[in-house]
Amino acid sequence: MRHTISVSVENKPGVLARISSLFSARGFNIDSLAVGETEQRDISRMTIIVKGDEKILEQVMKQLNKLIDVIKVTDFVEQPHLERDLVLIKVNAGKGKRSEVLEIVDIFRAKIVDVASNSVIVEMTGDEEKILALVNMLKPFGIKEMVRTGIVAMGRG
Amino acid sequence: MKLTGAQIFVESLIKERVEIMFGIPGGALLPTFDVLYGEPIRFVLTRHEQGAAHMADGYARATGKVGVCIATSGPGATNLATGLATANMDSIPVVAFTGQVATHLVGNDAFQEADTTGVTRSITKYNYLVKDVKELASIIKEAFCIARTGRPGPVLIDFPVDVQRASCEFVYPREVNIRSYKPKYDGHPQQIKKAVELIKESERPVIYAGGGIIISEASGELREMARITKIPVTLTLMGMGAFPQDSELFLGMLGMHGTYFANQAIQNSDLIIAIGARFDDRITGRLDAFAPQAKIIHVDIDPTSISKNVKVDIPIVGDAKNVMKEMNKLLSKPGLKNIEKRKKWQKQISRWKKENPLTYKKDDKLRPQYVVEKICEATKGKAIITTEVGQNQMWAQQFYKYNYPRHFITSGGLGTMGYGFPAAIGAKLGKPEKIVFDIAGDGSFQMNIQELATAVNNKVGVKVAILNNGYLGMVRQWQELFYKKRYSATDLTANPDFVKIAEAYGASGIRVSKKDEVEGALEKAISLDGPVILDFLVEREENVFPMVPTGARLDEVIRGLA
Repeated sequence: MRHTISVSVENKPGVLARISSLFSARGFNIDSLAVGETEQRDISRMTIIVKGDEKILEQVMKQLNKLIDVIKVTDFVEQPHLERDLVLIKVNAGKGKRSEVLEIVDIFRAKIVDVASNSVIVEMTGDEEKILALVNMLKPFGIKEMVRTGIVAMGRG
Repeated sequence: MKLTGAQIFVESLIKERVEIMFGIPGGALLPTFDVLYGEPIRFVLTRHEQGAAHMADGYARATGKVGVCIATSGPGATNLATGLATANMDSIPVVAFTGQVATHLVGNDAFQEADTTGVTRSITKYNYLVKDVKELASIIKEAFCIARTGRPGPVLIDFPVDVQRASCEFVYPREVNIRSYKPKYDGHPQQIKKAVELIKESERPVIYAGGGIIISEASGELREMARITKIPVTLTLMGMGAFPQDSELFLGMLGMHGTYFANQAIQNSDLIIAIGARFDDRITGRLDAFAPQAKIIHVDIDPTSISKNVKVDIPIVGDAKNVMKEMNKLLSKPGLKNIEKRKKWQKQISRWKKENPLTYKKDDKLRPQYVVEKICEATKGKAIITTEVGQNQMWAQQFYKYNYPRHFITSGGLGTMGYGFPAAIGAKLGKPEKIVFDIAGDGSFQMNIQELATAVNNKVGVKVAILNNGYLGMVRQWQELFYKKRYSATDLTANPDFVKIAEAYGASGIRVSKKDEVEGALEKAISLDGPVILDFLVEREENVFPMVPTGARLDEVIRGLA
């Protein structure tokens, strides 16, 4: 099962290594990891997307809580929450194809943020599903490069 | 007044009431050792950094205080690693300091540089790299607090040489407040109530207690719980000494080399009360066949230990002493049920005990078990015993009668050969009034044999009883039982002459090759003030029994000859 785990941590060197090694030491692959400052400068928040055996995941959650630099751990699995990811896609958009690409970008409410003679860079934010849908639509044109920030999540209300 | 980092280090240690530290200097520690020159704190120079870490650990286990060790950057720090991992696995409070290259060189592959915080991250409870001398005092304060509270463990402070030289105003913080670190000492009252109900209703209960009892000084509460409820007690290796061995409720150790009756009791129980123990693989045997009918209450200060291996019915997160105190209050109220059925259970256990006692072949040969029994007699069961790892460790556990906590010191989790001798030195320095024996194997002893110089140099009168069989004995035993006696790389007949080695270092050496020489040799060793090496040439292919092979059920026991 896919879990979205949010971890508030002390904003200090070494903390990311401590957390990622908890997962790697148990053979877990992290699907996505995003880190940034919060409203308090000395606290960072990580959003970790991970799939795996429930029992091992429960153990990982406990281990996360046990880490001295970890302030709070939330698993959003059954809680109403928002997830957002930002993607940049450099896609082929030569003469005959450009308007078709623009049409797709419009439909998705994405943005063109860079234009070159043969390609454009598309920027979009959204959840996993929306991003995958855009990627699928742009694939036929030829995606030259793609980069994502990783998913960030926040509980509703 | 402004102090240098090195002075702040020493002043902070004095504030923490550190009496002794173990280690080796080096280039990255010169400013610090310059301050230590006047011996404001007793410093014990070891001959290898691993020895220093084990000495700090042995001192901590014997005294209950935090052990302190120090090593230089690079190789000094990596040599500490095994000792830190040993302390980490057994939850021992140790604070380790390592020198580090100057902060502007960190990450530069400088001379004697290693990424010490990176290397030790997974084998310490926490670690620090001090980047600014202004942080030093509060880091040291935090480190000692983290090491000794909650589930204790080693904390490392990496201390760059330029920070040792830099100076600032010294103020030692009065208290520590780490917002994300609040160990929970009191158990949840509702959970405790539920646990007590379950205990009162049980018919075939067993208490399974571990090192947590020793750490939280709860052996009094454990004895009290057994006294009120008449529930039999089995201990883990780490728990030895927490319960009196001559009590009829005592079952000995459980698990791979546990007693037949402890394992039978666990497998047939309907309730296991686990306290300060963690159901590791040497305890449970085949996990899916472990105690099939038992409900489980688990008291532990570390929530990650609960339901890690075995699913627990009533988890209680808290300190063993606090939780047992509360449980005992409720248990001493009347309401124990099933008295008749429990009597039957006790009878059953006595029968198992009588039919399958812990024993060995008693003939005129010099057997290692006999040596351990004689050490117990010669020291009236009051010595601090440390062990190496392997057969010596199991015999030391099986045939010495431990009646007091902090008297059995052994590397349980990591299983570090070479641990026992330096740990004995640390224990003896912490408890000079005690007789301290390291029950050793000829293989293990050679892994930190260089600390003989430390013992002689500091007049530490530890006694080492080498159960010398000329083999890496435990591996040989497994090769005998499971690999058709193909003794691959386990023969140590090229051993040195341990008596001569002892003498070369300035210690005393005694060789014993006959059974009737044992008592006299022990008497002599104890009467000598300095360190003594006793080289017992024991039966070479003696095995440790009973034994539950890896992956077998706890009641699938190889019982051996006896």
